[in-house]
Amino acid sequence: MIRWLVGLIAWSLAATSALAADPVTIGVGYLGIAGTRSTLSLVEQPTENDGVAGARLAIEDNNTTGKFTGQRFTLEERRIREGEDAAQAATALAEKNGFIIADLPADALLKVADALRDRGTLLFNAGAIDERLREADCRANVIHTAPTRAMLADALGQYLVWKKWSRWLLVVGSHDEDKLFADALRRTAARFGAKIVQERTFEDKGGARRTDSGVTQIQRQMPVFTQQAPAYDVLVAADESEVFGAYLPYRTWDPRPVAGSAGLVPRSWDASQDQWGAIQMQNRFIKLNSRRMTALDMQAWTAVRMIGEATSRTNSGDVRKVTDFIEGPDFSVAAFKGTRLTLRDWNLQLRQPILLVDGRMVVSVSPQEGFLHQVSELDTLGYDRPESKCKLK
Amino acid sequence: MLRMWRVGLLSGLALVAVPAHAFIAYVSNEKGNTVSVIDTDSWTVTKTIKVGQRPRGIDFTRDGKFVMVAVGDDDTIQVIDAKTQSVVDSLPSGPDPELFAQDAAGKILYVANENDNTVTVIDLEKRARLGDIQVGVEPEGMTISPDGKMLINTSETTNMAHFIDTTSRQIVANVLVDARPRFAEFKHDSSELWVSSEIGGTVSVIDPRKHEVIGKVTFEIPGLRKEAIQPVGIGMTKDDKTAFVALGPANRVAVVDVASRKVTKYLLVGQRVWHMAFTPDEKYLLTTNGVSNDVSVIDVAAQKVIKTIQVGELPWGITIAP
Repeated sequence: MIRWLVGLIAWSLAATSALAADPVTIGVGYLGIAGTRSTLSLVEQPTENDGVAGARLAIEDNNTTGKFTGQRFTLEERRIREGEDAAQAATALAEKNGFIIADLPADALLKVADALRDRGTLLFNAGAIDERLREADCRANVIHTAPTRAMLADALGQYLVWKKWSRWLLVVGSHDEDKLFADALRRTAARFGAKIVQERTFEDKGGARRTDSGVTQIQRQMPVFTQQAPAYDVLVAADESEVFGAYLPYRTWDPRPVAGSAGLVPRSWDASQDQWGAIQMQNRFIKLNSRRMTALDMQAWTAVRMIGEATSRTNSGDVRKVTDFIEGPDFSVAAFKGTRLTLRDWNLQLRQPILLVDGRMVVSVSPQEGFLHQVSELDTLGYDRPESKCKLK
Repeated sequence: MLRMWRVGLLSGLALVAVPAHAFIAYVSNEKGNTVSVIDTDSWTVTKTIKVGQRPRGIDFTRDGKFVMVAVGDDDTIQVIDAKTQSVVDSLPSGPDPELFAQDAAGKILYVANENDNTVTVIDLEKRARLGDIQVGVEPEGMTISPDGKMLINTSETTNMAHFIDTTSRQIVANVLVDARPRFAEFKHDSSELWVSSEIGGTVSVIDPRKHEVIGKVTFEIPGLRKEAIQPVGIGMTKDDKTAFVALGPANRVAVVDVASRKVTKYLLVGQRVWHMAFTPDEKYLLTTNGVSNDVSVIDVAAQKVIKTIQVGELPWGITIAP
């Protein structure tokens, strides 16, 4: 007993002196685009700090742990303005930060990845959902915490098929990203046995998203646009550009539910997600940022937590060591989704359950029961190893 | 001869009519906002007590007179009088209390407050808050070493077991374990501390003197995904030979040989098994099954599930009268 106490005192002294030493500083950069995009729904309008607010919370969480491990995390935010060079901004940010969280369009992200390749900076793609970043254009120095379009489409498709709503009326916007989401939805339909009974295109003819005249015209336009469709169970909208999707629910000619870019929406996270201990996280987020947490916030939070998880496990702030651990077979991170999240080693995409939300509640979480996989059921979402075109380099 | 026979018959009858001991179990129903009272003689629910919002951690006071239940969404711990089986008082815990531990004398209560990274210290007699201890992110599991000197708290997002000196109320050591540590349990001889990691899927065995992980219990169930195995509650027999580990959505309780740290058997229980409690005679182990709204009764010696009892909505914690 006495010996134990003596040992304890000796240990406490050692611990005190260890804590007195300067903590290791781990710099994390956040690179995003200045300004926000406009959404049809005012309540979904992103704030200026969308994404970085999640990173900030994870820095706080990491620092709480860091008190015990002698590690201190810092966050440096950089916003790229119109006409500025992303690679240059990233290089400057990489001076003090071995890890960079990026919320950039695909082309800019690739430029940044290539510019930072020789420095050894580890990039986390928290924003771009493009398939090609994980396929033909994949990069060995980019980890993806954002899900892909195919993962989102599969998550939605599994639920619709489970619900036996297998006849889809697909309405596609006229912008490139709308078409990419439609491609993903077509792939999903083919994989899970749904039938797209007809496709329609909603042309973006310009126009403001807010008007004083309001909903009067929309209420007449949407029924007309959706009339004379073949028999269908659910209208699936591909409108990432926020032109028409949110106008569809309750306004279709036939009384049918809407899913995809409006109605039942697949997302990595939602302000209404409260299971698996998520309520604590939501409360911490609201306390810190005075608003609710978005999917982009979560994708950035997860990236910074992955760094914190790896630095505490390796007891190191060394970028190479931390990167090796994150990309190694023993890595997993807990992110309030009921299961551990791991990386697909063939393209560095984070495996994750996808929430299906209606704006107020989590309706379901995919993968759905019955969609089986020999490695991980999470790999029933998106492109699987045998289909992958990625060669990491 | 006749007399002897009669005596034999009578004692036989007595055995049938009045089993050795009947115990009372209290089960917190997280969604139902109720506590179910189970009689272990008839294995039936004898009363359902309305409590505050989101009841989870539940424990008898040392004198067996009261049951304390943490009602997280009401930011308090309610006190149930075991005699009248109704809520009679509440304790000044911090925000969102989940699990708690009391000292051997039953005078001091330590509460994990998930929302603000603290452990709150409460004087049970005075019903007064004595102070807070800053710990890691999302404190959850709580236990006290058998000698009462060391309080253990696990923090779910920091992934550590914090060793807190109960005299100075200072953290003296932090031990990193696998992801989302939820529950901590000492061996009765104090030689080992077991900590379950829900997302990591393991139980870490810690040397409480060296503050080091000296081993890990791992689980493998044929036909079940690794992700579905999520260890939470742990129960250890008084002889420290056998441990039972609730495996959450794997719907099983693992029977572990403590010496070799190997699983010897998996017992199929209800869905999403959370926590467990032994009857004081250690004949039975009761587990709460969150998704199937029931409690499984395990015959400890036979290592078999012998009974299922329907309780309230989403049962979570359980305690049995001493």
